Amino acid sequence: MEVGLTQILFLSTALFFIGMYGFLTRRNLITMLMAVELMLNAVNINFIAFNKYLWGGKLDGVFFTIFIIAIAAAEAAVAIAIVINIYRNFGSIDAEDADSLKL
Amino acid sequence: MEVSNIIFYLLGALILACGVLAVTSRQIFRSAIYLLFCMMSVAGLYFWMQYEFIAAVQIVVYVGGIVVLIIFSIFLTHRVGKDLAEPEFKRTLFAGLASLFAFLLFWWVIKRNEFFGEQPSGELSVRRIGEEMLNYKQGGFVLPFEVVSILLLAAMVGCIVIAMRAQTEKN
Repeated sequence: MEVGLTQILFLSTALFFIGMYGFLTRRNLITMLMAVELMLNAVNINFIAFNKYLWGGKLDGVFFTIFIIAIAAAEAAVAIAIVINIYRNFGSIDAEDADSLKL
Repeated sequence: MEVSNIIFYLLGALILACGVLAVTSRQIFRSAIYLLFCMMSVAGLYFWMQYEFIAAVQIVVYVGGIVVLIIFSIFLTHRVGKDLAEPEFKRTLFAGLASLFAFLLFWWVIKRNEFFGEQPSGELSVRRIGEEMLNYKQGGFVLPFEVVSILLLAAMVGCIVIAMRAQTEKN
């Protein structure tokens, strides 16, 4: 089968929902962060594929991807700082254990 | 079947397999390594689409930065060789069903709609990316570029402030 935009969209959709499944099932903060990174990667693949196949000659999708990668890096750094702080305060990084804001 | 199609299917299978293993593996370190391979395969997909600059950025930032950061934080917060707890069956079932049905819905929408004008554009020169990024005229990207640089600075300062141990309580 000739590979076109449809096949790439199938791939990125599947990757996005794999990330969503991981985000819903995991209860460890670091693995939840990893699932979010998978979802961001799926979005990046989408932007690049649309830029290549439907928006030739322009660079909007490429720039969206570059900015998403930059923001993902900032997000991962802040999230890991928060995770390390939670580990220091609660002794575990399970999302269920950090519940001191609950009534 | 052309060679480029075979390469695409191989890369796609690798991405999906490593993605599934990354979200289901019971050992967190293995999960991080599967994530690493998944990111590498995504970089390979960008190479396949002839967007070499994006592939290089993907390798440098994701593989060299984010995954290494995740592995460091795993070493800081986990005992080696200790498995993660098994998720509840109910949660696995409902998350799996939700993801599956959402995927089927999206796939149905993609299948129903034809994408017209499929004329793959050619290569992308780094020179053009640089010129567009500092272009301040109509359609240029200099404003988001500056905003992202300020965001990165704020994130850096914020990380240091959050992760810093409060010294006043001890002294």
